[in-house]
Amino acid sequence: MKTIIAKLRLYWPLTKSLQTGLLLSTGLAGYMSARCPVMHWYDFLGLGFSLFLAIAGSTILNMWYDRDIDAVMNRTHHRPLADGRVTPAEALRLGLVISVLGVGLAVAMSPLYGLIVFAGLFFDVVVYTLWLKRRTCWSIVWGGISGGMPILAGRAFGTGHIDGIGILLALAVLFWIPTHILTFAMRYFDDYQAAKIPIFPSAYGFQVTRLTIAVSSVVAALSISAAGILIGMQWGFVRLLAVLSAGLFLLAVASVFRPTERVNFGLFKYASMYMLGAMLLITLSDL
Amino acid sequence: MKITIVDRLVLLVMCHVAGYQIITGVEGLATLPMIAYTVGFGVLLLAGLLLIILGFDALDSPVVVILSTVIPLSLSLGLVWEHLAAYRTLYLVFAILGFLVIVITRSVPMKNKLPVLVLAVVHGIAGMTIFLLPFLLVLTGRTAPAYALVGLGGALIGLGGLLLSFLKAGKPILSRKTILKILPGLLLLTTAAFVLGFSAA
Repeated sequence: MKTIIAKLRLYWPLTKSLQTGLLLSTGLAGYMSARCPVMHWYDFLGLGFSLFLAIAGSTILNMWYDRDIDAVMNRTHHRPLADGRVTPAEALRLGLVISVLGVGLAVAMSPLYGLIVFAGLFFDVVVYTLWLKRRTCWSIVWGGISGGMPILAGRAFGTGHIDGIGILLALAVLFWIPTHILTFAMRYFDDYQAAKIPIFPSAYGFQVTRLTIAVSSVVAALSISAAGILIGMQWGFVRLLAVLSAGLFLLAVASVFRPTERVNFGLFKYASMYMLGAMLLITLSDL
Repeated sequence: MKITIVDRLVLLVMCHVAGYQIITGVEGLATLPMIAYTVGFGVLLLAGLLLIILGFDALDSPVVVILSTVIPLSLSLGLVWEHLAAYRTLYLVFAILGFLVIVITRSVPMKNKLPVLVLAVVHGIAGMTIFLLPFLLVLTGRTAPAYALVGLGGALIGLGGLLLSFLKAGKPILSRKTILKILPGLLLLTTAAFVLGFSAA
């Protein structure tokens, strides 16, 4: 028993639990946006479990492939794969098994839902990590597309088809990703340089990156708000969403005109809270 | 001074209370007071979130003075629009002009006392409106007794504003440490008093 717990403790950081949790919340919100007020708990739990496995599995596969980068970067050199506590073969096996289980369960629940979950995993692992991440800073677009798949999958599972609202929600996540990733890229600029990973700040400079973050924040906030209204969120929830969106916009503007390390990292943290808050509002709005 | 876990938890509760008020709103209100209250509670909520994320250092930003003006101005505008129909337009003009003048006097460097004077007048009128109007409405029987809590909220936020203003002006009433220690609790009490008061309406 102790060995199993020790292994789980070792494997847990491989899943990037906070990031996985955030993406999982988007998938559940996508489902709730379609199913409220009628909701079946076994569907909800199945969705949560399959998405968790697929997202965690793809994250482990990414970490397996990027272990050489992680070993070079100060921020990540202590990760279990980078410092040798988990062997690459062990991580690969774990990532593959969890991914196959997640996608398999998703396909069994609904072929369309399974297809979208698989697309998310494919874009994230193959297109983003294996193919583009080390070649171009524009790889984040594909990272964003894969990030938008859980919410689209959840929505499609709820409605039975892909609709405009689902695409709008996926767009919101796609445009939120730069706020999340690029603020991080600026904070750990030296780490990325040491690992020779092309990022926006190194290709276009910090000011263009900040402007990109501001524009994408506005588009993300508008997309979520528009989706919220189209879903039929009650006005009270739309008001709160507007307030949270205003906060994101103000911080993004502050990072352009009064850039400091504190504002930059504040924007990164706020963007995560914003996404979680927006997903909670979509989930709760019709309960 | 570093923000503690307890401070963060208190602020998180405050954010939830403000968020609750934004969602529920005040029944039967016209569009403008609803927007005014949403803005007031929205700024309170965002202030709480930024303090949680950035810590008390966020208070050192020059934008704080401008943003902290929005709370009394918007809440007082909502109250006047709701209860003093004859003064609606006049107060709306005062609120807009007052905010603009504060933005200008805080953005353009000035060596005279105009920025402080403007801040004192605008904050003073807005603060006294939030503090006194609910009590007057209760005393004249136009609202339920619990509505006086809105006035209490006004008094508490006025107290907080006063402490912070004097601190930033270099003439602190209490030490910085004491002010920052009581600030999260003061913000929570303020927000709770407003929400309970408005729910009585």
